Amino acid sequence: MLSALLVMAGLAIVIGAALGFASLKFKVEGDPLVDKIDAILPQTQCGQCGFPGCKPYATAIANGEADINCCPPGGDDGIHKLADLLGRDYKPLNAENGVEKPKAVAFIDEQTCIGCTLCLQACPVDAISGAAKQMHTIIAPLCTGCELCIAPCPVDCITMQVVEETVDTWKWRYPTFLLKPVAERASA
Amino acid sequence: MAHYIFLIIGAVLVNNVVFVRILGLCPFLGVSKKLETAIGMGAATTFVLTLACGSSYLIEHWLLIPFDVAYLRTLSFIVVIAAIVQLTELVIQKTSPVLHQVLGIYLPLITTNCAVLGIPLLSVNYQHNFMEALLFGAGSATGFSLALVLFAGIRERLEGAEVPAPFKGTAIALVTAGLMSLAFMGFAGLDKF
Repeated sequence: MLSALLVMAGLAIVIGAALGFASLKFKVEGDPLVDKIDAILPQTQCGQCGFPGCKPYATAIANGEADINCCPPGGDDGIHKLADLLGRDYKPLNAENGVEKPKAVAFIDEQTCIGCTLCLQACPVDAISGAAKQMHTIIAPLCTGCELCIAPCPVDCITMQVVEETVDTWKWRYPTFLLKPVAERASA
Repeated sequence: MAHYIFLIIGAVLVNNVVFVRILGLCPFLGVSKKLETAIGMGAATTFVLTLACGSSYLIEHWLLIPFDVAYLRTLSFIVVIAAIVQLTELVIQKTSPVLHQVLGIYLPLITTNCAVLGIPLLSVNYQHNFMEALLFGAGSATGFSLALVLFAGIRERLEGAEVPAPFKGTAIALVTAGLMSLAFMGFAGLDKF
């Protein structure tokens, strides 16, 4: 009995020590730049940049395979932050990827919904609840506004609703200084 | 020498781990939808199973028999195999990121493959020596890979076939596996092994 305990304990200690040592010795550092870029991206997972999600786009930027101006949900603000981080010049948003829109969440018209589950499968963040032949609904706090659920809907019952500013969602605006042309000021 | 060749042929074909011993069915059905993933899983399993057979031989003869605790065999083999899989993943991740990407999720999945535990236990039962244990592990794993790749090829064809509605999906896959198992029984005639 005692020898059995000792054998198993010894085995566990030796293996644990070997694994612990190996995990230190063979540690692989993730690319810290990718994580920093990923933190700036809006995490909508919408795929408008042409990559399957925000993390793959961040990896592509870090490897120099993608430009910094392909993210419409991130908008002008996001491109400025990326340009600062990477020390590159600011570029306006690439129109091929889409246009910047105000933050919105999807809304399902529950009278029209037929419960086909197509939008559930399209949602990259699982923000739609429902089941086959049951009415679906959007879990608004989880919705990233990526619009991927709109195209698959066979009855077109999904619309995007702009998020109204409330006391909870209001954020301090970045200060903006409008530069007026001198001529205009002179005439005014 | 001939003895070793018979051992390998026996492990690959006659006593095929999937079709004759009916071990490791979970990855056999789970990872056989595409040919590439089947090849990746087969390669990972071959690597781990060979190592597992060798190290469980060492555990058996250097630890369990000297201390007279042979009843701990199953428990200690599970611990050792899990550790080997972990270690392999760490080493591969460091030394060959490409291979790590190919094997991907299949490497940790091997821990729960019952063939990887079953083959070392069988090897101990047959009282193999160290070389035989290694060859038996490699041969059985090759048999597993062969079964997986053949089955994946058939399933890819089945995708395009007109299967009657009640048989679609897993049902036809299980029927196919049964037929392949019948076919492999043909090798049982080679009863020298």
